[in-house]
Amino acid sequence: MDKERRKVVWLVPAVIAAAVLALFSGAVDGAGPDIIFGLRLPRILAAAVVGAGLGFSGAVFQGLLKNPLSDPYILGTSAGAMAGAVLCSASGIGRASPLFYLAVFAGAFAATFLTYSLARIKKYPSVSHLVLAGVAVSTFLTALIMLFITLYREHSLSLVYFLLGGFFPADNYLLAVSCCLVAASVCGGALLWRYLDIFSLGEEKASCLGADPDKIRLAFFALASLATSAAVALAGTVGFVGLIVPHILRLIFGASHRRLLVSSALGGALFLILADTAARTAAAPAEIPVGVVTALFGAPFFIWLLRRMRDEG
Amino acid sequence: MALIRAKNLKFSYNGVPAVAGVDFELLEKDFLAVIGPNGSGKSTLLRLISGVLEPSEGLVELLGRDVRSYPKTELARLVAYVPSEFYLPYDFSVFEIIMMGRSPYVAWWRNYSAADAARVGEVLSEVGIDKLRDRGINSLSSGERQLAFIAQALAQDPKVLLLDEPTSHLDINYKLQVFDLLSRLAGAGGLGVAVVSHDLALMAAYAGKSLVLKKGGGLFYGPAKEGLSGANIAAAYGISDPASVTRLLKIL
Repeated sequence: MDKERRKVVWLVPAVIAAAVLALFSGAVDGAGPDIIFGLRLPRILAAAVVGAGLGFSGAVFQGLLKNPLSDPYILGTSAGAMAGAVLCSASGIGRASPLFYLAVFAGAFAATFLTYSLARIKKYPSVSHLVLAGVAVSTFLTALIMLFITLYREHSLSLVYFLLGGFFPADNYLLAVSCCLVAASVCGGALLWRYLDIFSLGEEKASCLGADPDKIRLAFFALASLATSAAVALAGTVGFVGLIVPHILRLIFGASHRRLLVSSALGGALFLILADTAARTAAAPAEIPVGVVTALFGAPFFIWLLRRMRDEG
Repeated sequence: MALIRAKNLKFSYNGVPAVAGVDFELLEKDFLAVIGPNGSGKSTLLRLISGVLEPSEGLVELLGRDVRSYPKTELARLVAYVPSEFYLPYDFSVFEIIMMGRSPYVAWWRNYSAADAARVGEVLSEVGIDKLRDRGINSLSSGERQLAFIAQALAQDPKVLLLDEPTSHLDINYKLQVFDLLSRLAGAGGLGVAVVSHDLALMAAYAGKSLVLKKGGGLFYGPAKEGLSGANIAAAYGISDPASVTRLLKIL
């Protein structure tokens, strides 16, 4: 088992290597230290924090709900966080206010619970019910956000970018707060990983193994909502990171959450640093929102997963 | 003292009675066969005993105390439940699956200990699946997979072992392995084992006691010889010719 843990540690130099690569990718002429360290570095750090938060949340949801099609984007957690952020924007609460993070977290947490309770027609929600409920919640919240954008045009351009997902001039204060929140949730997950393993057998079996399903679900919804809201506060809704990353890492490190949670955080960081670098450089000088890049990978991946599950089911 | 005592146990799903007034006991070293037609409430009965479901009426006592009065971790140290075959989306190793059985012994903030790993090692040998230790659970055959989940239940060090159709998808070799193991656990191990199964001939060969359910209520509780007789089975399943059942049981 120690050998396995050492393998997870190898993700750290991989993340650093990707960051260095990203730092020196892009227009070279005129890219002095100001651009490299003043603009690119904070942006790379933001990509790492957001990727870590989303990768971690995806791994948590997939284990907790025994549902391989889960991630914060599909379950509506991200849309809930967005709605919280837009509500702040509407009521004049700045992103530097602690209330901003509180509202974003509340939105994420409420939307997750709403999806879960809508899906729970029987005692335990099925995979397809969860995905459908997530779509319903996301669509409704996104419609509210769109409505707001059309009504308050003065905010609209920045909000549209926020909605598509991307890294704008990353504010150091936001970066620091989000980084701490993601780190805190990953630590919480690393402490409670055993429960995700037994929840992967289903809630009923987990209950027979001595876990209290209501308490554990609440704890993990809170941890995943915290990490997701920290990510959304920085970069808006970046989809599918939380879906793809845990599936790939399960192939490398195995199914147990002992390694999967931490490795999904690191793998998410790695993935999003690379995706954002591609978004920044592929069509330079124009910039593609990173959410567009992840969706281009993510949607086909989702379909592949869906087909594979149908074959097994 | 009886490990499990069910008193006038009733349960209904949305007003439709699934278990209607069942009485029985499970003692140490008992191998109890629970049989009955589809929809007679066998699986529901196991869920009621394991505390997953709460009875609408009546009572399940575990060691003389209402099963609902136990904290979940304490209950998981006394009663282990192996559900019928279920879908598992992630490919845990057999070792990891069995280790999960140690959950009720580990405080929530701690990791599994070396002693837990040692216990998993013992259980692997006890069940005879040492070789499968590092295999992925979804790469196993149905029989191997079932043995792994029984091993997980054993890692809980329970006093009561409940199994829901443990042999339904297995070939005859694994069916015998599973029943041999279960009767060993009941006999030498001193556990109370209750098995729901449609393998009537195997149940008749291995079980000491039987609980025969019929739609709408218990039909018979007592020695397996009587419970699994042709006449009794025919009555429970609504078969018009008891002699044909007796003949079939003899052939198998």
